[in-house]
Amino acid sequence: MKMIYLKNVATLSFLAEKCLGCGRCAEVCPHGVFSLADKKAWVVEKDLCMECGACSLNCPAKAIEVNAGVGCASAIIKGWITGSEPSCDRDSGECC
Amino acid sequence: MKPLPTRSGCCRAPNNNCCSSDAKDAPLVSTSLSFKDRLGGWKVRWGIGRVNYQVEPGLYAVGKPDGDSPVLVSANYKLTFDTLRKNLVGLDCWLLILDTKGVNVWCAAGKKTFGTSELINRLEAVKLSERVRHRKLILPQLGAPGVSAPEIARRAGFSVIYGPVRASDLKAFISSGYQATKEMRTVSFTLRDRLVLTPVELVQAAKKSLSVFGVLFLLNLFAAKPFDVNDFAVCAGTIFIGAVLTPVLLPFIPGRAFAFKGWLLGLCWATLAVGVLGWFAPGRRLFAAGYLLALPAVAAYLAMNFTGSSTYTSPSGVLKEMKIALPLIVISAIVGSALTIIGHLMG
Repeated sequence: MKMIYLKNVATLSFLAEKCLGCGRCAEVCPHGVFSLADKKAWVVEKDLCMECGACSLNCPAKAIEVNAGVGCASAIIKGWITGSEPSCDRDSGECC
Repeated sequence: MKPLPTRSGCCRAPNNNCCSSDAKDAPLVSTSLSFKDRLGGWKVRWGIGRVNYQVEPGLYAVGKPDGDSPVLVSANYKLTFDTLRKNLVGLDCWLLILDTKGVNVWCAAGKKTFGTSELINRLEAVKLSERVRHRKLILPQLGAPGVSAPEIARRAGFSVIYGPVRASDLKAFISSGYQATKEMRTVSFTLRDRLVLTPVELVQAAKKSLSVFGVLFLLNLFAAKPFDVNDFAVCAGTIFIGAVLTPVLLPFIPGRAFAFKGWLLGLCWATLAVGVLGWFAPGRRLFAAGYLLALPAVAAYLAMNFTGSSTYTSPSGVLKEMKIALPLIVISAIVGSALTIIGHLMG
C-alpha cells in the first residue's frame, strides 16, 4: 500500500529546460516521484514527495529545487524552542 | 577473527585491540551476527543505549577483497553496520564506514553527517585510491539526501553509484551489474517496519508521561485519593493507543494527518473506557467530559510525533499539520485535564 501524506504541500519544483536527462533524480528518489521519458525527467506524482532533498543535491544541472528538511514534528517543535533549524538530533533521543 | 572495533559509551577513542596489527590492514568483519549483536540490536529497539551504539569509522574488509572489489559505503550506527554485513554472505568487498555519530544512513544524510565532506575526508583518511584500482563507490540510496554525487566526482574523482534502499537487495544489485529494480529503489513502510519502531515510541511516551502520573500521585496525597487504578489504566491505555496502535494501524485509520488519526483512535478509546467504567452516569459527567477532551488530545500528540519515524512525511506537510493540530491539542488537553481534576475532586 502506497501511503500519501497531505496533498499540495510539497515545495518541489522542476525546471525541465535545464534537465540533461541523466536520470539521477529517478535513481535517488525513495518514493518514485521522478520518471524518465524521451531523455527528460518528469514529475510523476508530486504529492509523494517528502522533501528529503536527494534529487536536488544530486542533480548535475541544478534543475530541481526543494526546501529540504526533516518531516518530524518533535524536531520542528525543538527548532521552535531553541530557535534553530529543525534537525533529527539523536542526543535528545527523540526522532529517528 | 579480530573482535569488532566498537566505540564505548564514555570513551570515543578507538579500541586498541581492534586494529593493532597493521594500520594498512583493514579489519576483517564477519557476515554472521553473534548472540551479542542480536541482543544489542534488540536493546536499541527498546531505546536502551541507543545513542552510543557505534562502530569505529574507517575501512573494513568482507571476505577477501582486492583492488577490483566493490566498495560499499555506510554509517557507523552498529545496527546499520550489522544489518549490512549479515547481507554480504559470500561476497568479497570493502566497507567504508563514515562517522555519522552512531546515526543510521537516512537520518544522518538528513543532517549531512552522512555527507559529501565526511565522505571525501574518509576517502583521504583510508587512502582508498591506493587500495582499489577502480574509481567507483556504492552508496546506499538513502544516503543521497546528504551526498552530492556530482561533487564527489569533481572533488574526489570517484563516481557514486546509488545502491538499493534495503541491504537485503545488495547481493542481487551487485550480481546484476548494479541494476536496481523500481522495488529496490522505493521506500516502503510495511506493518513490520512500523512494528519494530513502536517499542522506542512507547518507551519515550512512557518517560514523558511519568510526570503526569507524578502529578496525579501528588493530588492523591493531598486530596482524599481522587485517582485510582481505573484512571491509571485509562491513561496508560491512551499512551498505548497513541504510541503503538496508531502507528501499527496507520494506513487503515481514516484521514491523512497523523494527529487526526491518533485523535480518532484516542476518542474511540476514551468513549469505550468512560462508558465501560460507567462514568457517563449523572454527577460524573463533568469529569467524563474532561477525559473525552484530554485523552484524544494526548493520543493525537503522540501520533503526531510518529511523523518523525515515518518514511513519507514532508516537512512542509508536518508544519501544516502542526499549525492546525497543536493549538487544538494544547487547549483540549488543558481544559480536559482541568475538568477531570475538578470533576474528581467534586465527585
